[in-house]
Amino acid sequence: MTEAKLARLCDAKPGERFRIAELHIDGTMKRRLLDLGFVPGCEVTVLQKSPLGDPTAYRVSHTTVALRIEESSNIYGERIGHEQSL
Amino acid sequence: MSNHYEYTIALAGNPNTGKSTLFNLLTGLRQHTGNWPGKTVIHAEGFFAHNNRNYRMIDLPGTYSLYSNSADEEVARDFIIFGKPDVTLVVLDATALERNLNLALQVLEMTHRVIVCVNLMDEAKKKGIRINVNQLSKKLGVPVVPISARNKEGINELLDTIDRMVCGDIETNPIVISYSRSIEEKIAKLVPLVQETIGNEYPARWVALRLLDGDTSLLQALQQEQHRLLKEVPHYACHCSAKSV
Repeated sequence: MTEAKLARLCDAKPGERFRIAELHIDGTMKRRLLDLGFVPGCEVTVLQKSPLGDPTAYRVSHTTVALRIEESSNIYGERIGHEQSL
Repeated sequence: MSNHYEYTIALAGNPNTGKSTLFNLLTGLRQHTGNWPGKTVIHAEGFFAHNNRNYRMIDLPGTYSLYSNSADEEVARDFIIFGKPDVTLVVLDATALERNLNLALQVLEMTHRVIVCVNLMDEAKKKGIRINVNQLSKKLGVPVVPISARNKEGINELLDTIDRMVCGDIETNPIVISYSRSIEEKIAKLVPLVQETIGNEYPARWVALRLLDGDTSLLQALQQEQHRLLKEVPHYACHCSAKSV
């Protein structure tokens, strides 16, 4: 499987973009993440980390959503570099 | 201030789409608020008239979805399924259609009496977003009305569309989302069983999907509703009007 190559969303740094490939979560949490726009194939921008490092704010389909590491560590995909402009 | 109404409109939408702005604009001061029975979720209903028809409007809690099983989402889902509104108005944010269409598609699976209302058209224009309303309407299979609730634009068109829908002048043909083959096969097996068990009262395909989803909260709601149906016939009308007395 390609899984070994996939990065975790929680490891992406602020300013970086990330394309979601898989969600390794089940049940209502998965549903919730999908509803919020964390859909495989979708692109997410890491906005900033909170002062203590968790949660982190992400921009996903034009909205800012903050996730805790519990969730973002189960979202896998590829890091696709930095955003050119705001 | 009489609160006789002939038709019920449910207002659904994501948070911050201007749903309540529209609600306030249409109903003005003719509003009641309280809680939904047994839930600490705000229940707001208001009344308005258009073309000599009296409407009751229910402002459902703003949600991104109807399936994550928070109290808000359950209230919204239950009202659309059990309250059987004459029209469900789905308010979308024109500047974030992709995110907002999630809820619209969920509602379209539940009922065919839907009007999609694209709000914040003024904001979208400022951001250079152009929306092909006709194309969207064709794809979704229901009327789509662009409005700007804040600037009171498009409201008459919206009211006329509601009017024509309750009169039966509008035939809708909501988009049917097809799932993977294995899921479709299971749906096909479940639908007759669902119809046998609960009749044609509720959208069978949608109930089958929820069963496949393992949605236990819907099953509970269905069971309660069946009991209530036996006891008091116009169940929803009952406790709503009791509240407005």
